[in-house]
Amino acid sequence: MAKKPQLAADTRPWRDPAAKPFVRIRHVTKKFGDVAAVNDLSLDIYKGELFCLLGGSGSGKSTLLRMLAGFESPTSGTIEIDGQDMSKVPPYNRPVNMMFQSYALFPHMNVWNNIAYGLKRDHMPKDEITARVQELLKLVKLEDYAARRPHQLSGGQRQRVALARALAKRPKLLLLDEPLGALDKKLREETQFELVKIQETLGVTFIVVTHDQEEAMSLATRIGVMNQGEIAMVGEPTEIYEFPNSRFVANFIGSANMVEGVVTEDEPDHVRIHSTELGTDIYVDHGVDCSPEQILWWAIRPEKVVLTRDRPAPQPGVPPDANMVKGYVEDIAYLGDMTVYQVRLDNGRYMRVTKTNALRGDPNAISWDETVWASWAGASGSVLTN
Amino acid sequence: MGKNRWFLPLASAIGFIFLYAPIISLVIFSFNANRLVTVWSGFSLQSYADLLKDPQLLPAAWLSLQIAAVAASIALVLGTLCAVALVRFRRFRGKTVLQATVSAPLVMPDVITGLALLLLFVAMQSLIGWPAGRGILTIVIAHATFCTAYVTVVVQSRLIDMDTSIEEAAMDLGATPVRVFFDITLPIIAPALISAWLLAFTLSLDDLVIASFVSGPGSSTLPMIIFSKVRLGVSPEVNALATIIIGVVALAVVIASFIGFTSSGRTRKA
Amino acid sequence: MTEVAPPPAPPPSGFLTWLRRLPSAVGISGRALVIAAPAAWLTLFFIVPLAVVFGISLATKQFGQPPYSNLMTTENGTVQLTLHLSNYIRVFTDPSGIYINAFLSSIRIAAISTVVAILIGYPMAYAIARAPDKWRNVLLMLVILPFWTSFLLRVYALSGFLRGEGVINNTLALFGIAPLTMMQTDFAVYVGIVYSYLPFFILPLYTNLVKLDPSLLEASADLGARPIRTFFSVTLPLSMPGVVAGAMLVFIPAIGEFVIPSLLGGPGTQMIGRILWDEFFAKTNWPRAAALAITMLVIVVIPIMLMQRAQNAVVEGRR
Repeated sequence: MAKKPQLAADTRPWRDPAAKPFVRIRHVTKKFGDVAAVNDLSLDIYKGELFCLLGGSGSGKSTLLRMLAGFESPTSGTIEIDGQDMSKVPPYNRPVNMMFQSYALFPHMNVWNNIAYGLKRDHMPKDEITARVQELLKLVKLEDYAARRPHQLSGGQRQRVALARALAKRPKLLLLDEPLGALDKKLREETQFELVKIQETLGVTFIVVTHDQEEAMSLATRIGVMNQGEIAMVGEPTEIYEFPNSRFVANFIGSANMVEGVVTEDEPDHVRIHSTELGTDIYVDHGVDCSPEQILWWAIRPEKVVLTRDRPAPQPGVPPDANMVKGYVEDIAYLGDMTVYQVRLDNGRYMRVTKTNALRGDPNAISWDETVWASWAGASGSVLTN
Repeated sequence: MGKNRWFLPLASAIGFIFLYAPIISLVIFSFNANRLVTVWSGFSLQSYADLLKDPQLLPAAWLSLQIAAVAASIALVLGTLCAVALVRFRRFRGKTVLQATVSAPLVMPDVITGLALLLLFVAMQSLIGWPAGRGILTIVIAHATFCTAYVTVVVQSRLIDMDTSIEEAAMDLGATPVRVFFDITLPIIAPALISAWLLAFTLSLDDLVIASFVSGPGSSTLPMIIFSKVRLGVSPEVNALATIIIGVVALAVVIASFIGFTSSGRTRKA
Repeated sequence: MTEVAPPPAPPPSGFLTWLRRLPSAVGISGRALVIAAPAAWLTLFFIVPLAVVFGISLATKQFGQPPYSNLMTTENGTVQLTLHLSNYIRVFTDPSGIYINAFLSSIRIAAISTVVAILIGYPMAYAIARAPDKWRNVLLMLVILPFWTSFLLRVYALSGFLRGEGVINNTLALFGIAPLTMMQTDFAVYVGIVYSYLPFFILPLYTNLVKLDPSLLEASADLGARPIRTFFSVTLPLSMPGVVAGAMLVFIPAIGEFVIPSLLGGPGTQMIGRILWDEFFAKTNWPRAAALAITMLVIVVIPIMLMQRAQNAVVEGRR
């Protein structure tokens, strides 16, 4: 296996405004009857990326993938792959291959013929087909299974045949529809890393559709979060998680405590938000594009809130009356690696806080029915204006 | 609960006896030594010997087999095309009309179908001179028409059950729609095509009413001969022939259903 | 699916390649060809014939070949269209009442036979659907087997069973019971229809019942319903599409049945299929036969539509 190439910061093409995108989706709309499954969607994907389309069912992610493969044609808008307009190109002439959610292996052909099928359609010489199939079987570690029929394979093996078959023609772009969806949890985690390794080795651009955010976070160079046929946000996994651009993204990815508030101070270096919903003021240590008196939302991840029994000392730079709230531990869920606290605030609202269980059987851990203070740093939360 | 325990088995047992007793008695009496009376008077193969000597039955059977084979083959092609169009093609003009038209012959009373086709053939002959008279050709056309409906239904339900992503995968790998059909769809639905052909073949072989309308001199099919013989009473030769037919069909259905079970089990797993 | 386009230049394979490219070369898509072949055949040999029947039903009988009057005649250069409603009027007002009675008795016989088929067939379909796996396929095959055997031969077998010196009467004679007259009665026709069409009723109902989620029955039992109650409030309503589809598969062909009344019925069993047959073959009155066919068609159209709706429900449920 080739050495894993390092992805240095300056090689991320999406950060380079001059870089030419490999896939250009421009104002694409797909309507089924009156319903728009994909609505005026524009997106650029670059060579060598492993791009995840993440969304719930009905978000339009599969429809978008099927338009890239050519099984659906856009109602309006254009799709360009490698500089070529795809609108008139049927699926069988596209430089694109797809791995199907159901794997769609040909039940009447053995593994070898499944993998060789695309190569035969290209009229590749026999000996080259043999060499290529051999190489792919090795890549997916199925050398001993060439003569088996799909129904004689396990779920994981079928998944790898599907992958090998989709890779056989060395497509410039590989589309994967819920590639790990049918595998059980353990196998899924193993396969995730294998998939990334194969993608990096071959340098093929991957577009993966998934509804599983953990999968998207661990696989993707970038994630496109889809909602109701539109892209809600595009970004690297950390951006998506730490800097969500909307309430939808903040709620959809991970979990978040979200409250409504009113801007009381709007300075270039900080903002102060009054939230009756939270029962305290929120001090944010950076400027926000907003105006005084504006109503907006503030969201904080459960792991970024600190629980203490005593009122914490004010943090440097944060006013003493902000960023802390008193509450009462109403429920605890112990998950092993961490503990989830359900804290009932004085005003009756609930806040979710998680704490990593760094100590084994910590005797000093906060327990049921304790009165606690929840506090956070000025940079911990996200201010959301839509 | 107590009632249910005996009610269902008893009711189905009576039902099955009702379905099978007449057939079984016919088979038994085909080996009866006595030609005239339906009283058992000893084992004999006389009826079978008479059948071999019968001047009408065997030639008619051979004719019917030929007609059925040709009609079923035409119906297989037309019905498969029709099913593909109805299941795999998205909206096209007249799709609902096609669906309704193709399923109507399934329930159309035979006398109507037969009369209608005969009147058509007569009208066509006087207008364009084709088909010249009635006979084997017109029977084949008539049978192919109603068999198309049956083939369509069988193939349609198989296509609906089939995972379309298998066909899309082939197209994705560079196969044109025509290629996809021959490489992927056809092998996968092959068992359904075989049973559709057999169904069409049997229906054609069995048809009395439509064939009576559209046949001409010298083209009497097996059911027509059987009907004229049994109209007047018991015919030992027909008993013998019926036993042979029932035996062949039973054997074929048993074999086919075993193949069907294994192959459907296989596709379900894959 | 996209339309057939010429493949990307495969190596020369002569005629086949040419054939494949031909449709797009003349501007027809392969898709259209797939639709056109069956559509043209069905139009020519199914729709047009029905139209011809309708046309001839408006003509009158005459001697000659063909034995009906021309609807269109040319007189002094003008085309004249002559339509006769006399055939239809006769169908409803014939003094002997032969046609109208035949229609009524066809409907009566078909309806009664259908009800009997439901009563016999429902428990069978239910028992097969609930049978253990290894039994189910065997029982199902036993239902399908007669379906594949010749219809005509089965009716003939039944006649051997019912006739005066047939199996039933011979068996009764063993117990000293006087022979019953069953052949050539309406009773024989009922038995014949039920016997012939029972598999057609069982199969769609079975398809419906077998996919009934057993957890629904468990839920009903869990909520306190006895099995009988569960059957009437859960199973029966959910199986209605199957019952309707199956019942129509018995009722519709039974209306136009010819073989069964001819072989089993007596001279008094006047079913419309037989009357039409005689009108055509014995009396060579083609226009009257055509009018009878059109009237019969009108009668069966409603049940046909009912059946198609039920069948769609069965298919939708299976998807």
